[in-house]
Amino acid sequence: MLTLSAKQNIPLGLMRPERVRSFRVTTDAELPAVLRENAALLLPVDWASIPKGFGVVLVRPDSPFASDHQCGALLIDPSLLYLGDGDVIRLTPDLHIRVVYRRNASTNSLLVTERCNSLCLMCSQPPRDVDDSHLVDELLDAIPLFDPGTREVGITGGEPTLLGARLFDLVRSLKSNLPHTGVHILSNGRNFKQLSLAQALAALHHPDLMIGIPLYSDIASLHDYVVQADGAFDETVRGILNLKRCGVRVEVRVVVHAATYARLPALARFIARNLQFVDQVALMGLEMTGFTKANLSELWIDPVDYQAELADAVHTLHAARVKALIYNHQLCLLDPEIRRFAVRSISDWKNEYMPECDGCDLRQECGGFFSSAKLKYSAHIKPQRRRDDALAGGLASIESFT
Amino acid sequence: MALAKRFSAVETFRAVEMAGYRLLPLRFTALDQERYVISNMVGEYLVVKRDQLNDLIHHRVPQGSDLYDEFKSRHFIRDADSDVALDLLALKYRTKLARVSQFTSLHMFVVTLRCDYTCAYCQVSRQTEDRSAYDMSDDTAAAAVEMTFRSPAPAIKIEFQGGEPLLAFDRIKSVVEMAEARNVQEKRNLQFVIASNLSLISDEILDYCDRHGIYLSTSLDGPSSLHDRNRPKPGKNGYELTIRGIKRIQDRLGRDRVSALMTTTERSLPYVKEIIDEYVRLGFRSIFLRPLSPYGFAVTTGQVDKYDAERWLSFYREGLSYILELNKHGYSIRETYAAIILRKMLTPQNPGYVDLQSPTGLGISAIVYNYDGAVYASDESRMLAEMGDQSFRLGRLGVNSYEEMMLSTTLLDALEAGVAEGAPLCSECAFVPYCGADPVYHHATQRDMMGNKALSGYCARNMAIFRHLIALMEDSLADKAILLRWAFDC
Repeated sequence: MLTLSAKQNIPLGLMRPERVRSFRVTTDAELPAVLRENAALLLPVDWASIPKGFGVVLVRPDSPFASDHQCGALLIDPSLLYLGDGDVIRLTPDLHIRVVYRRNASTNSLLVTERCNSLCLMCSQPPRDVDDSHLVDELLDAIPLFDPGTREVGITGGEPTLLGARLFDLVRSLKSNLPHTGVHILSNGRNFKQLSLAQALAALHHPDLMIGIPLYSDIASLHDYVVQADGAFDETVRGILNLKRCGVRVEVRVVVHAATYARLPALARFIARNLQFVDQVALMGLEMTGFTKANLSELWIDPVDYQAELADAVHTLHAARVKALIYNHQLCLLDPEIRRFAVRSISDWKNEYMPECDGCDLRQECGGFFSSAKLKYSAHIKPQRRRDDALAGGLASIESFT
Repeated sequence: MALAKRFSAVETFRAVEMAGYRLLPLRFTALDQERYVISNMVGEYLVVKRDQLNDLIHHRVPQGSDLYDEFKSRHFIRDADSDVALDLLALKYRTKLARVSQFTSLHMFVVTLRCDYTCAYCQVSRQTEDRSAYDMSDDTAAAAVEMTFRSPAPAIKIEFQGGEPLLAFDRIKSVVEMAEARNVQEKRNLQFVIASNLSLISDEILDYCDRHGIYLSTSLDGPSSLHDRNRPKPGKNGYELTIRGIKRIQDRLGRDRVSALMTTTERSLPYVKEIIDEYVRLGFRSIFLRPLSPYGFAVTTGQVDKYDAERWLSFYREGLSYILELNKHGYSIRETYAAIILRKMLTPQNPGYVDLQSPTGLGISAIVYNYDGAVYASDESRMLAEMGDQSFRLGRLGVNSYEEMMLSTTLLDALEAGVAEGAPLCSECAFVPYCGADPVYHHATQRDMMGNKALSGYCARNMAIFRHLIALMEDSLADKAILLRWAFDC
């Protein structure tokens, strides 16, 4: 697992910045002067001097400058050694570094707010009621530094729609700076019960935008229980209807756990009948982080024990021509009939394999585990032998987001 | 086992359901001795026992029980917990009726009445060489194309009918080219299909169909012994010509470009397997086990009375069972009539099949331009007219305007009689979301467009099929999986 945020950075005679700044990381010490202002030079170890003009110069612990307390550079936390060309970092006045964007990541998620109007039992990013409006300002600084070849950027929270019009500023910035980059917003959809909000998002005409919205049950009270908000089901369903009415692409996301698995087939039927026009449905495994840990006894079910319900739901959606995707499930746990719907979906900075995975032929195709899964994972993980025909169906595609 | 402190238990969120539920519009009908089918206004259904139905109606279904959730999920009931069901029902209802605002999609051009066959059950054909008397004129064709594009339908299908339309292939070409020229501006989704016995198919015709994306539809009643007796052709090689024609089209234009329809006669009844095998051998992925219609020569020769609804139903059930068996053995083939009904039962959509529509599809789903310029509300309407009954004649091209015909008392009365939801017996039938009205059938058989459904062969036949399909899905998971595929494939 990669560390995306590091505090143990030591100033080597460096002036602390007055405000949060975003920099694009480069290892090119001979970068033309005009490009240096917004660049963080990661000093090559064999470089003999500290070049001038860079926004900041970062040195690694193995650099000869690491012990030069007057050199004007910043000695970075050892956990950030993976930084490379094109990555974008944020540097605070406290000299904390947060990695906002990694050029080689399959997906970069931008946390836009920690505030939320739901309180999902298994939230992986527990909300905080704080004024964090500075996050958007900082992201608006950072986005122009992203590589224009970026495949996809995620927007996550908290609940991004709580930003109101500021969310649209972000999407507009992504569209103008990264016109060929897909944008995937994770929202509970509740605020889109106002048609005007959906219309405003649609009016941005982003060419490749999708909103992922969770729906946990076909029964309102059960959905409301999972998200711990009375009335949320009605708001979310109306939100989905409004977004689709405006032509915005919608992914319905269902986290499968002890409180949702039993009605999974009924939910699939409900979607096929009422929301057949959604663009895809993601059926997702539980991530052992955030609130999940606190509520584990109420949420845990070994994925092996809900394969019948999962397969039934996938078949219902597939028959109805609703694109079904299985996220966050290890291939060895999936009913072979539905393995072809599995997608490698765990962000690379948090995916891992267990000792039981040693010698498994399917490791390349398998998403593995969230690194948080060490807390608890299925008792049925076992290495798979590839038969010639075993992968005839193949995987839906080997792409990822989360 | 507990949630962390700041979270509330599921009971907290379900408490609001304790206040009781309200029924949403629903209908129920007995499925068999023990079970009932409950359906809502958009055709979602559930099969329950009699006491469960009683509990539902008397507000006794225990809150939080599985049955409660099933009723709630299918929008049979609603409670204080949620009112989005009303939005969803409205949306689904609009979806089911979307075609009404997009009338008329199927335009049938009877380019000639001349035919080279002498089918016993044929409603409309002539054996003659007299082109002037029985072919569509230039003026009529131009007026028909003009009227076609008056329809607001975004998708328009022009079907060439006869007689044998390939006897007037030049007329087909002129209509295709007029419509294509017109469509440069109109930008409709325009399709052509020729309904032909294929005896006259030639390289020239195939090339033309290829260039213009024209589909072909033919009649295939079964093996040669059956086909040639049902559809006699002077020269006695009708079956061979049809098979050869189908294969030529499949090879030249592709498998998807030719389809076949079968007509059931009394002679067909013992041979449903052989008929289906004929379709499988030709690589077809669907077969339409059609009943004999009560129109045209079929009535005058007395054929339609020779077998009643029950005999046809046993033929149908046997055929369906064999088709399901073929699917279980890996050959995907669907029965089209079942697929149309299943689409209504299991999906939000409503297939535009004229005989099973409410409001009826007369004039607003399909319309017929006869060779002589007469306009009829359906293919069956012109068959009646050939028998001397002009009840569904809307007017004449070149004489009556589009408005006069579409707003004629003839059509409006038929449409009014063609709303099943408002018909006696139908209005309370759980199967009405799957059914239609068919004013032409009831007019032809009962001299009443609405008809007494208790005496209606249409009602008896369709009710039996609805029950049969639902029972199959209730009683066999394997059948259900296949039927679910058909629902979304058709």
